[in-house]
Amino acid sequence: MTIARTLFDKIWDRHVIMTRPEGDALIHIDRNFVHEGSFHAFGALAKEGRQVRKPRQNFAIADHYVPTLGREQGLAAVADPDARHMIELLESHAKHNGMKHFGMADPQQGIVHVVGPELGITQPGLTITCGDSHTSTHGALGAYAFGIGASQLKQILATQCLWLKRPKTMRITIDGALGAGVSGKDVVLAIIARIGTAGASGHVIEFAGSAIRALSIAGRLTVCNMAIEAGARAGLIAPDDTVYEYLTGRPYAPQGAEWEQALLEWQQLPTDPGARFDQEVHLDGSQLQPMVTWGTSPEEALAVTATVPDPACFGEANQRAHAQQALAYMDLQPGMPLTAIPIDYAFIGSCTNGRIEDLRAAAEVLRGRTTVIPAWISPGSTPIKRQAEAEGLDQIFLAAGVEWRASGCSSCCAMNGDLIPAGARCASTANRNFEGRQGQGARTHLMSPAMAAAAMITGHITDVRTLLGASA
Amino acid sequence: MTPFISLNAVAVPFDMANVDTDRIIPVRFLRKLRDLAHSYEGYLFHDMRFDPTGAERPEFILNQTPWRQAGILVADTNFGCGSSREGAVYALLDYGIRAVIAPSFGDIHYANELQNGMLPVTLPDEICNHLRAQLHAQPGAHLQIDLPTQIVTDTDGETHPFMIDPVYKERLLQGLDDVGLVLAQNSQIEAFEQAYHRQHPWLA
Ligand code: SF4
Repeated sequence: MTIARTLFDKIWDRHVIMTRPEGDALIHIDRNFVHEGSFHAFGALAKEGRQVRKPRQNFAIADHYVPTLGREQGLAAVADPDARHMIELLESHAKHNGMKHFGMADPQQGIVHVVGPELGITQPGLTITCGDSHTSTHGALGAYAFGIGASQLKQILATQCLWLKRPKTMRITIDGALGAGVSGKDVVLAIIARIGTAGASGHVIEFAGSAIRALSIAGRLTVCNMAIEAGARAGLIAPDDTVYEYLTGRPYAPQGAEWEQALLEWQQLPTDPGARFDQEVHLDGSQLQPMVTWGTSPEEALAVTATVPDPACFGEANQRAHAQQALAYMDLQPGMPLTAIPIDYAFIGSCTNGRIEDLRAAAEVLRGRTTVIPAWISPGSTPIKRQAEAEGLDQIFLAAGVEWRASGCSSCCAMNGDLIPAGARCASTANRNFEGRQGQGARTHLMSPAMAAAAMITGHITDVRTLLGASA
Repeated sequence: MTPFISLNAVAVPFDMANVDTDRIIPVRFLRKLRDLAHSYEGYLFHDMRFDPTGAERPEFILNQTPWRQAGILVADTNFGCGSSREGAVYALLDYGIRAVIAPSFGDIHYANELQNGMLPVTLPDEICNHLRAQLHAQPGAHLQIDLPTQIVTDTDGETHPFMIDPVYKERLLQGLDDVGLVLAQNSQIEAFEQAYHRQHPWLA
């Protein structure tokens, strides 16, 4: 009798090169991504006189520091010399090491966690790394994908493998149909609100259940993207027909006979019935509502219909202290309805919510309406930008007075200068609402693309369900 | 990498849960080079430490005399959550902090500390609370951390044993770098890759 294994177990087991008696394993890394921020690792590698050992398994993509305005001017559009240097450095490191490089002007450029799946570089059953915490995104296609720091990145560049401790496993099952206006973003914000930002520490989360199965690839990528915000090492979802259809014909996906062979393997990956997880969590998808964050941690999120909580109501002393500090930073009063919070800026994009489905959801809300606040949309990749334009979405955005920008990380981390001014409140579709994330003193409210679009129209946090169907 | 064996240093109590790496080092400093001439010292907790004019905020604990020399930081749960930036570790190290004691850590940050010869010490909530209370009561007091015996000695001389993975411990004690460690297994790596890529030629 074979032992019932989880999806994660199966991926882990086939990548073990060797184990040590103490229990850690040397793991083969199938795909590694680098971006401009990876310069410390390349520097250390060069200092040791080493080269990238497996250049074909490594991909370089410019995203964090690229400008979203004036892209046709190329590097001249990058005002900050430090930032320009980092974009140039990535290209020279990639060239020097013989790696594929998607630079600023490449037609396939985009945010690394959007580009990987889009090009079919991300596939089920793979181990995937990147010097970026949101590498968990790629788990949506059934890969074990996780973020690493500069030292581990250097090690992967030098060896294509990594010593790892086997993480624990957690299954989060969400059954029931999601209501109108409820998206993958709302699902994952609800999960984090429930288990906390350290809730999945040391674990890999497998998201399962009918609500997850019903999500598009875009929705699944959003959910896995934010697994890291629940403290997880990675998030993953079993591959199924939705994944196979998505990957068919993508440039880096296997083709022909190799595709058939890959498919047979992928179909073996889903968790066996009866496999054991270290922890199990259940949520009822039919009860979920559109979510927004009110504080400065992704767990400080509530249904849009709720009111700003009173820190005194939190059971744990450190949660109470965090909530107090958060309310002071966010300048909010307990008891105030979330929908009464004014919004000064709105940003739709990032590796969390910059995919074509996200833009379509925003367009549905914005069609025939006008934004009352400064707002911009930065598609997750340059191909998504072209597709949105082919579908006419850009015209809907422009007619609504929303800026239509080029692709990059943009205001998610504001490294490229797309800053939110101090004191201003931004409705953002990204993944972190930490103090200063979008600029010193900037206040971030996380939400879905449809909810961010709704806030553009009204200038305050708005339950998008009140706008849907009610045509303008 | 500098080996870590034991440390006796001023310990600073840091009363905040979920200290994310954006807080430890704001993103705008990540583009900065780091070498002998360019230290990350000044970036540590930058926006909590300095006001917008660059002046020190006197209420911030590291700006208070007894704690300026801190070599150990005693934190609350989930220290170093958020972004994978290793700059957070560079800032701590360049400031002079070589060990962080906390009930729990962000996973990637924990690994990053180990990779740079810093010791992340995990101790239960109550003990961390107790240590922070002690340190508040005796500003500038030292803690002693001994890695071979896995013991933290507090200001009353009371000892608190901690757990650490034996592999991490060995690496820290010897100051070993992972790349050398891995390349020593070269023949096994190549044998694995050949078999693996024969089965999955599209991944090679
Ligand atoms: S969009 Fe944001 S979260 Fe995603 S890779 Fe860029 S900076 Fe990181």
